[in-house]
Amino acid sequence: MRPDAPRGTAAMGASQTRNEHKYHDLADKSGFSLEQIENLYKRFQQLSDNEETISREQLDSIPSLANNPIKKQIVEAFFDKRNQHHNEVGSCGEIGFEQFLMVMSHFRPPSLKTTEEEKETMRKVKLRFLFNMHDTDNDGIITLVEYRKVVEELLSKSGNIEQEAAKAIADAAMLEVASTNVPHMAPDDFYEGITFEHFEQILKGLEMESRMHIRFLDVDTPTLRCGKSTS
Amino acid sequence: MPSRTGSHSPTGIGKSIPERGLLLLMVLVLLEGSVLPLGAASSPDISHQKNVDNHKVEDEKYNHTKKAFPVLDLDYHHIQTPFEISLWVLLASVMKLGFHMIPRLPGIVPESCLLITVGLLVGGLIKLAGEKVPPVLDSQLFFLCLLPPIILDAGYFLPIRPFMENLGTILMFAVVGTLWNAFFIGGLLYAVCQIQPANPSELHQLEILPCLLFGSIISAVDPVAVLAVFEEIHINELLHILVFGESLLNDAVTVVLYHLFEEYSAAGTVTVLDGFLGIISFLVVSLGGILVGAIYGILTAFTSRFTSHTRVIEPLFVFVYSYMAYLSAEMFHLSGIMALIACGAVMRPYVEANISHKSHTTIKYFLKMWSSVSETLIFIFLGVATVDGPHHWNWTFVTVTVILCLVSRVIGVVGLTCVINKFRIVKLTTKDQFIVAYGGMRGAIAFSLGFLLKKEQFPMREMFLTAIITVIFFTVFVQGMTIKPLVELLAVKKKQEAKRSINEEIHTQFLDHLLTGIEDICGHYGHHHWKDKLNRFNKKYVKKCLIAGERSKEPQLIAFYHKMEMKQAIDLVESGGGVNLPSAVPSTVSMQNIQPKKPPPAKPEEKALPKMSKGREEEIRKILRSNLQRTRQRLRSYNRHTLVADPYEDGFNEFLIKKQKMFELEKKIKDMHNYLTVPAAPPDSPTMCRARLASGRCTDFRPAQQQRGNKISPDPVAYSMKPAVDSVPTIQVDLASPQSPDSVNLMDEFRRADQQEEDQGLMMKPPSGQSGPNRPGEADRGREQQKLTRCLSDPGPSADEEEEEEPFLP
Repeated sequence: MRPDAPRGTAAMGASQTRNEHKYHDLADKSGFSLEQIENLYKRFQQLSDNEETISREQLDSIPSLANNPIKKQIVEAFFDKRNQHHNEVGSCGEIGFEQFLMVMSHFRPPSLKTTEEEKETMRKVKLRFLFNMHDTDNDGIITLVEYRKVVEELLSKSGNIEQEAAKAIADAAMLEVASTNVPHMAPDDFYEGITFEHFEQILKGLEMESRMHIRFLDVDTPTLRCGKSTS
Repeated sequence: MPSRTGSHSPTGIGKSIPERGLLLLMVLVLLEGSVLPLGAASSPDISHQKNVDNHKVEDEKYNHTKKAFPVLDLDYHHIQTPFEISLWVLLASVMKLGFHMIPRLPGIVPESCLLITVGLLVGGLIKLAGEKVPPVLDSQLFFLCLLPPIILDAGYFLPIRPFMENLGTILMFAVVGTLWNAFFIGGLLYAVCQIQPANPSELHQLEILPCLLFGSIISAVDPVAVLAVFEEIHINELLHILVFGESLLNDAVTVVLYHLFEEYSAAGTVTVLDGFLGIISFLVVSLGGILVGAIYGILTAFTSRFTSHTRVIEPLFVFVYSYMAYLSAEMFHLSGIMALIACGAVMRPYVEANISHKSHTTIKYFLKMWSSVSETLIFIFLGVATVDGPHHWNWTFVTVTVILCLVSRVIGVVGLTCVINKFRIVKLTTKDQFIVAYGGMRGAIAFSLGFLLKKEQFPMREMFLTAIITVIFFTVFVQGMTIKPLVELLAVKKKQEAKRSINEEIHTQFLDHLLTGIEDICGHYGHHHWKDKLNRFNKKYVKKCLIAGERSKEPQLIAFYHKMEMKQAIDLVESGGGVNLPSAVPSTVSMQNIQPKKPPPAKPEEKALPKMSKGREEEIRKILRSNLQRTRQRLRSYNRHTLVADPYEDGFNEFLIKKQKMFELEKKIKDMHNYLTVPAAPPDSPTMCRARLASGRCTDFRPAQQQRGNKISPDPVAYSMKPAVDSVPTIQVDLASPQSPDSVNLMDEFRRADQQEEDQGLMMKPPSGQSGPNRPGEADRGREQQKLTRCLSDPGPSADEEEEEEPFLP
């Protein structure tokens, strides 16, 4: 169907043996199974036109993302160094497959064998990912301005919503955070923004560890693959 | 007369005294009256009675032609049926009321058990009185009157999100699990019946098909019983939806199996083709039911689009369309339960966007009321029917049935979970499996289906009924009473009572979009992708057709925000404005605390004002006014059949009670007085109002919410502005005579005053007395007060609603 499909599979076949060893490392690091890594690798190559790295524009041009209101943040999250577990900050221009995989690993579901402590860590990691998406300037605090931006983006695809509405919602949300976490404040105190601890606190009820996941394909199901528009 | 008493002879007590007078007969009938069923119309007894009645009338005609004009006449037959219906409903309601008066009992024994016990007692009394026990739980009555309200209530308030997220698991349990149960129980029962060839018993006559029929009747988990028990144990959402969803969706399987085996046991043979047809029939029954329900649901939504001028009948559409859906489905022998569920679930989001807040409350309360009365009646009737039923106790059959039911349920759940867990992300633990298996209650549906069997076709009908009743009693009493301690013993996760916060809502949506995006990047179409597609389709086309006006374009987040805004405005007023009540945890965080150092130009005044400031008071005023405007618009559209008078009634009664409490608060609030005299600023644009509303959510809101959370709000209806007005001596508030005739004049006066200020829109009657506009400032205050009262009276019970409550917002 797609003109590049046979080429892609041929390349895969070659790279499969070559990358066997590398896959094992990645599996250890990210927690994915070899099969899943293989599938993701195929997708990665598809997106990157068989290059080693992927750029913002390539992710931006995924057709099914076009309608996503928070597309910008999602794409940005892939290039955010904070999501790579390297204690680095800033963002990179292009990412390789390993980085791609590390970002994806935030969306792994917990398994039946996961212990409570592991779940707790998992929750923290997932929440940190979300937090980083909001905290664009990486100062450890989601300020009101940043939060407003989030809500605005979230509503951006819902027709002509006044800016005021988004602002009001963000303000209300912020006020909620402030009053749950710091109930006593003098009138001229200033709540700077949501810290990670507060963030954790307010999203306690959402059971992030089990909700923030997607199903990664275990078996190759080509019919389900969504083709990147190839011209 | 002899024939009439003859109908009583089965009870064993002869009552053939021929010279009983008319009055005596009436007394007897009256006695019987408390006994005869709701569905008397369907029972053969009633036609008989009518005959008797006719005879009697004719007798009278011939015998007493020259009788004096009867000054007082007794004609019980005239009102018999509705009277008896009312008596039963009254009995049910009083019983329900009574249980909650007994201390500690509701904590130990589930209500369903108590109700069955009451039913047993009532049945026993009827029998002792020598009356014929009416066939209370006959299938017509049960399936056409008692069951639909419960199912509609369940369908309308079905938590869609968890239901859809677990649909696979639920379907697995409902379809495969029920099939497994039916064949396992039926098959093994047949095998057991064939043992002991040396000792031929009646069980040997039992063939395989009646056994399977019995198995299919007894295997289905009953929604009524499940609801009754699970609502009391407050189990976590996942387990609740698993068991409850199963009980709803297995209806299709039960219907098909029932008809299939009933048909075949008449024919005697089964071919492969029949089995194939059975599968087709299952698909038709289930999908057809859903289709019928969805069509009616969409019709309801569409109709509710045009009800803005006749708000009073809005709730009726919901009930009538749903009932029609149920009946239409039943007409084709489709699954009525599935039709109702689909109807309720489809219509709800659209209907709620269209109808007024009050209609929403009405729907909610009516559904809850009907379903709880139905449920109570069903359990009482179950007890009555037990006393009545022609029993045939066979130890082997009954014991084996109970054991098989338990065993097959456990095997079924454990086996299916093994398969399901391979696909599930959140795995079902052993504890979960236990609760799912243990929560498999059987109930009145099984009994009614058993009751439907014909004696000629199934000679073992009585034995079946006895076994069914035993199983029901076993599950309801033994399992129902032990499940609560077991849940606590196993430390199964309970339901979180916390309300949804705006942050959670934002992040739920954020997460939805994020996961959709990640799926898209991963390049496979998963659940989120399709959900997103469906959402977009819904937003783009369906909402436009089914929702009137601007609300169709309102994104979910904004709708949620409005809802919250409304609730908080109500809370604010009810909790007493700026006064922090002693029990509440005082939160002093206000908008100023979170504003960036450089305040945005939109609201500079808040920054400048001190704490508990005029600025805040302004916000309160804004909230009240903006809500008032909306309220007024709504009231204006009412015609004479509608609820214009409403504020007088509920508003004022409330008001009188509140007033008492007001005085206690008065001292604390005196400082607020000053702020109230500040004349109202000209109204802002709606946008500005909203923005202000947001920033007005200061200290005032938090305590209100926390109070509600604590459930120990000492004075939930208090608000602060009113006493402030009271303390102004020139206004005489005479609340004691709200109905006095001169209040009408006052109303007129106020209307004139209203015309001067565009902003006014009050249906609330002003306090009678000399509260006319003496001075402009005073008048303003007076109106301010009315606004407050109006505000208080309008939202009604919504202030302490659960989260599904959706305050009306035009």
